[in-house]
Amino acid sequence: MAAVSQLQRQFIEYTTSLYNEGYLDDQFTQLQKLQDESNPEFVVEVVSLFFEDSEKLLNNLATALQQKIVDYKQVDSHVHQFKGSSSSIGAQRVTNVCVHFRNYCEEKNLDGCLRCLQQVKHEYILVRNKLETLFRLEQQIVQAGGSIPMME
Amino acid sequence: MNLGGGQVVNKQSMMPGSSGGSWKSSGTSGGGGDGGVPDQFPSGLRVLVVDDDSTCLMILEKMLRHCKYEVTKCNRAEVALSFLRENKNGFDVVISDVHMPDMDGFKLLEHIGLEMDLPVIMMSADDSKSVVMKGVTHGACDYLIKPVRIEALRNIWQHVVRKRKHEWKDFDPSASADEHKQSEEPDYSSSANEGHNWKNTKRRKDEDDEADERDESSSLKKLRVVWSVELHQQFVAAVNQLGIDKAVPKKILELMNVPGLTRENVASHLQKYRLYLRRLSGSQHPGGMNGGFMGGPDAGYGSISSLNGLDLQALAASGQLGQLPPQSLATLQAAALDRSNNAKSTISVPVIDQRNIFSFENPKSRYPEVQSQHLTNNNSSKQINLLHGIPTNMEPKQFVSLHQSGQHSLGSMNNLVLIQMGGQSQIHVHSQSQTQSQAQSNVNTHNGLRSNEMLPRGGVVDMAPTVYNPVVSVSQASPLVNFSMNHKTDSCGTSYPLGGSLGISSLPTASSALQGDGNLDTKIPRKGIVPSYDIFNDLNQNRDWGLPDVGLTFDQSQHTIQSGLDASNPLLLQHNRSSGRDLGGQNRNLTSDKVVLSPGFESRIHHNGSNVGQPRNVYVKTENDIDGSCHNTLYSEQYGQDDLLAAILKQQQQEGVGPEDEFVFDGYALDDLPV
Repeated sequence: MAAVSQLQRQFIEYTTSLYNEGYLDDQFTQLQKLQDESNPEFVVEVVSLFFEDSEKLLNNLATALQQKIVDYKQVDSHVHQFKGSSSSIGAQRVTNVCVHFRNYCEEKNLDGCLRCLQQVKHEYILVRNKLETLFRLEQQIVQAGGSIPMME
Repeated sequence: MNLGGGQVVNKQSMMPGSSGGSWKSSGTSGGGGDGGVPDQFPSGLRVLVVDDDSTCLMILEKMLRHCKYEVTKCNRAEVALSFLRENKNGFDVVISDVHMPDMDGFKLLEHIGLEMDLPVIMMSADDSKSVVMKGVTHGACDYLIKPVRIEALRNIWQHVVRKRKHEWKDFDPSASADEHKQSEEPDYSSSANEGHNWKNTKRRKDEDDEADERDESSSLKKLRVVWSVELHQQFVAAVNQLGIDKAVPKKILELMNVPGLTRENVASHLQKYRLYLRRLSGSQHPGGMNGGFMGGPDAGYGSISSLNGLDLQALAASGQLGQLPPQSLATLQAAALDRSNNAKSTISVPVIDQRNIFSFENPKSRYPEVQSQHLTNNNSSKQINLLHGIPTNMEPKQFVSLHQSGQHSLGSMNNLVLIQMGGQSQIHVHSQSQTQSQAQSNVNTHNGLRSNEMLPRGGVVDMAPTVYNPVVSVSQASPLVNFSMNHKTDSCGTSYPLGGSLGISSLPTASSALQGDGNLDTKIPRKGIVPSYDIFNDLNQNRDWGLPDVGLTFDQSQHTIQSGLDASNPLLLQHNRSSGRDLGGQNRNLTSDKVVLSPGFESRIHHNGSNVGQPRNVYVKTENDIDGSCHNTLYSEQYGQDDLLAAILKQQQQEGVGPEDEFVFDGYALDDLPV
């Protein structure tokens, strides 16, 4: 159907741009490869889990950095976790910010940390929106009767 | 989670007894893989994944499933440990994250290594060299950087095979036929819980054998050398004698002179020991113990006991090396304690347990009760002295209990003392003699005695210089060392109340000798050792690891004791080991087995490994074991931390670890023990 192929094309373009812009990396592709008939919603599930965890982490981070006496070890531990989960999903930009964030934690640079927090939040929201758009596209394709093209 | 589900045809779980056939030969189909990894393998590999990040956990699980592995996931280390403990043979490999909120990944790694001896793969988003190095020193088989790719997971089976091969090959060359860890299962499954591991293992092994047709007529099919406490002590003694730097497997083997033990066995054990020591020295922080091992306050101390065994040995062994990381000790203690305590909160509990192990004094039965009681009440004050080194809480209490429980003989006490001394540095050896005597007397009264009397358990090492003073004065290191010496003598005789075990009944009244009052002068140890054997067994059995360390640190003492003990000891010791830690006295089985030295050291030895009852060869470790074990136990119990080891090691070094010298506590010759 024209609609399907159009949707599919859109999907491909969108996905490619996400990779090009660094929102997603190869790890995301790996996840997609893991998806199969036995678990057709795998990627969506994992990503949703990531969103949930991330939101909690971000809240924890905000709280930790708002303390009178900031416990940098705690902050670092949250960031480390965030780094791990974002890299597992393939949210490359988020991961990159986390790396810088950890450096500031080591230096106990509150200012740097606060900035990074803003940055990581920003990147997280961006990638979340992108992924949600992507999933919507997928859904549309499926609903239109088509199949989701595999990238790479 | 699929714990060892093994039902799938293809996935043969390794557990022999459990569902799934044996893995080795790819089970189902055809059976038998005769030698060689069956095609099915690595399919069905049972993996336990631990990560607090649920996203990663989910992804890993999916990836592992894609590799056709059987996956069980959990997001808490404590839960993981309990899974592992409940299903001794339920898993083939563990993958764990480094940074976890409830327990440090490295601690978990140590626990697993000690208790179950499974290959552990660490992973983290952190790829800094220091962390990776930490993984290596802690004994991780591999280190994966997140994000983990499926390709990296596909090959994890190699670690399993490698470990198995190494293990059984060391033990039983004839087992070459079965590459798979067949024998392992028995080890693993050893009834750790029961403590009869030896028997069980054997049984299980036999069952497996039949099932697998692996043939191996001998149950030893792939018997792994079980490093019982005695054996470990001998090992430590040998290592100490040679000097940690110069300790090469060949020489150690020669020194140990244990029939049936191969150079490979020694080599692998040495490697583990080194790691252990390194860890100890590295993590000496005061609270160390608590964190990792004991950390989970109840984390499952139950199984820790097995660890303790190991740790103890390690401690003992490390004596030379330097210091046992507090954590390790803690673990040991925890293990010991956890038997009785389990739920207790953290350290205090473990301590008790450990003490029991170490304190040969308490026969198995004693332990459980002893622990709780002692710990809590006994002279905590005294105990503390010794434990200075050990950050955990156990110190005071533990010592107390140690004494009490042990009563046995100073021997145990001594051990304790030694260990404690490590931490405290003050432990003068001289007090040893006192301790010795005290230990005995203290055992009960322990509380009061502590400081002077004998620090037997680790309490105050101050022990009056009377007897021995061997080198002790060294503030930290010395005490340990010294004690060892004393221990040997003392403990040997007295400390081991040999409960029932192996029939060491022959042991001379050593205990009596030790009990003496403080002046034991180590001489007694010799005599004491004999009796201790029983204790040892008990101890070993229950604890599983209480002893191991003991023996190790002391090398010196062992020497002396050896003469006295002779075969009787080894047997006893051995048995204990196999029984694995169960306090329950399963160890006693060992005795029935008759001192079989279970060579299978596989890290598990300490705790459950021994239970595995594999029909391992019984290495009769003479004397050394006893002595060593005594000492070790003491140490480990109280010590639970690096401090002890460190102390001991230092001592030894300082003392010049001239084992001989020290042992000679003045006549340390066992024969001389004035029992």
